[in-house]
Amino acid sequence: MSNVVLQVEDLHTSFFTRMGEVKAVDGVSFLIREGETFGIVGESGCGKSVTGLSIMRLLPEPGGQIVGGKIILEGKNLLELSKKAMRAYRGKIVSMILQDPMSSLNPVYQVGDQIAESVRLHQGLPENMVEPEVISALRLLRIPAPEVRIKEYPFQLSGGMRQRVVGSIAMSCKPRLLIADEPTTALDSTIQAQYIALFEDIQAKTNVAIMFITHDFGVISRICDRVGVMYAGKIVETAPTREIFKAPKHPYTVALIHSVPRLDQKDERLFSIEGQPPSLMNLPPGCRFCPRCTVALDVCKEQQPPEVKISDNHSVSCWRVK
Amino acid sequence: MTVAPNIEAKTTNKRKGGVSRWSRIMKNLTFIIPLSIFIILILTSIFAPFIAPHDPEATSLTERRLPPAFIEGGSTKYLLGTDSLGRDVLSRVIYGARVSLSVSLMVIAITAGIGTLMGIASGYLGGRIDGFLMRVVDIAMSFPGLVLAMLLAVALGPGFFTVVIALSALGWAGYARLIRGETLRIRNSDFVAQARISGASSWRIMLRHIFPNVLNPLIIIMTLAVGMMILAESGMSYLGIGIPPPTPSWGSMVSDGRNDLDVAWWISTFPGICIGLVVLSGNFLGDWLRDKMDPRLRQL
Repeated sequence: MSNVVLQVEDLHTSFFTRMGEVKAVDGVSFLIREGETFGIVGESGCGKSVTGLSIMRLLPEPGGQIVGGKIILEGKNLLELSKKAMRAYRGKIVSMILQDPMSSLNPVYQVGDQIAESVRLHQGLPENMVEPEVISALRLLRIPAPEVRIKEYPFQLSGGMRQRVVGSIAMSCKPRLLIADEPTTALDSTIQAQYIALFEDIQAKTNVAIMFITHDFGVISRICDRVGVMYAGKIVETAPTREIFKAPKHPYTVALIHSVPRLDQKDERLFSIEGQPPSLMNLPPGCRFCPRCTVALDVCKEQQPPEVKISDNHSVSCWRVK
Repeated sequence: MTVAPNIEAKTTNKRKGGVSRWSRIMKNLTFIIPLSIFIILILTSIFAPFIAPHDPEATSLTERRLPPAFIEGGSTKYLLGTDSLGRDVLSRVIYGARVSLSVSLMVIAITAGIGTLMGIASGYLGGRIDGFLMRVVDIAMSFPGLVLAMLLAVALGPGFFTVVIALSALGWAGYARLIRGETLRIRNSDFVAQARISGASSWRIMLRHIFPNVLNPLIIIMTLAVGMMILAESGMSYLGIGIPPPTPSWGSMVSDGRNDLDVAWWISTFPGICIGLVVLSGNFLGDWLRDKMDPRLRQL
């Protein structure tokens, strides 16, 4: 088994607001290995993006704060690093791609300059070496005619091309971990498919570990090796992608997969999960999914379920699973 | 059936084209005329010694209150007449452009510089720094400018730099407020997040990512301020707390002529026209720039 790149242990991230503490991430643990793609899936507000931002240590301020846990990247706990040391990590060892390619690029600079910024910050190359590095970053994302593109401004590029440029910025210093926060949401499905293929390509070339945040099971099935399903700040089930689809164990995972429309089934009313996720300020004492769960037991209301390991890499937090 | 709408579309297009051509000419005029006035103003102030027919400060007691050349009794020696001390109004107006322009440019450079610095720092760093700086802005904005100007004139004695200091002391607050607002908007955009992801420091983000993006509104406000500052300087000079005599300033010239308004209207009128024209041009130019730079109004 290859090396572990990222290990998140019992991560707690909260937002402190006037109304009280919002536990956005509440005891999340997972690990990602070299060359692996780990998907985090869940509905809006379940803490997927906050988990990603916690790893980058770029939570919105004021208010966002990591209250506990460990984030071990390449053997170093990121939470113990000084601000300056963390800055040196960002872009170089861990990088991130944001959701919206339209606004991720600064409108006043040429594309080449924006990629060069990251290269200059981290690589300490002589000035004549920067441009070849920028071009090779664009090549990695299969951008045609990179020598021409570097002189263009963001408004001259299409959405898909911009998202590739954003990818080039993220990959320009060959990070060990890439966090992709719904990078395909703003793209149409043709471009989406191309972009996902690109991820596989990059991974084959650089062996980067990818943490892929999405709410789209279709994307998950195509790119991820393993998946963590998140609900109300907790990972309720972690399993290899194939197993998640074939034999989901947690009632929430089951319900989620059921609510994805499928082409190979007859026209029926699409399944939907009743109710709303619990307020993160006022969480139920027991299992968080309990109020919406169709198979809830009495114990579910009172106590949080322990994490049960079904196999080496499949674990579930549910009282029903023994 | 299918042809008819086509024809109609064509004719309406044509009509539209005609209207837009006319409005385009009008739009260009509202830009060309103010711009020419500004260029003339700048050239006049630079080459004042070569253009002015007389020494603006030379008095001639035998030729007091001579009317302009185009009025009966006037002579071509003094095209715009002379004032109550026999000084050439034209030469004084030409030299006055120097004062007006240098005061306003200097004040704008100082206020825009301080305001931008404070605005970006306040908006980007937020928290206590923001709270403190914005309270200072509140105080600056609630302070009566004229009272401060008078105090300074008394304390420092009237003069060129007193005017500059008096106008700069409070003027930066408006810039700081505007730039802070812009910074707040930009700071939450994804490209700033992207820069942070790439490991850029706060300084770098403020300088490289925020500053270039606040330039548009900054330039517009600076252009609009040219007129306002000329007006403010004239106002101060009119009240006698501005540029001291005998240095010609449009404001003090208007003030000088007001006792003679019934017998020698030209002493006040010509510098007054200059103030009006330049301020109006500044406003037109600022509006034009705003329309041009606002991406929502720009048509590609």
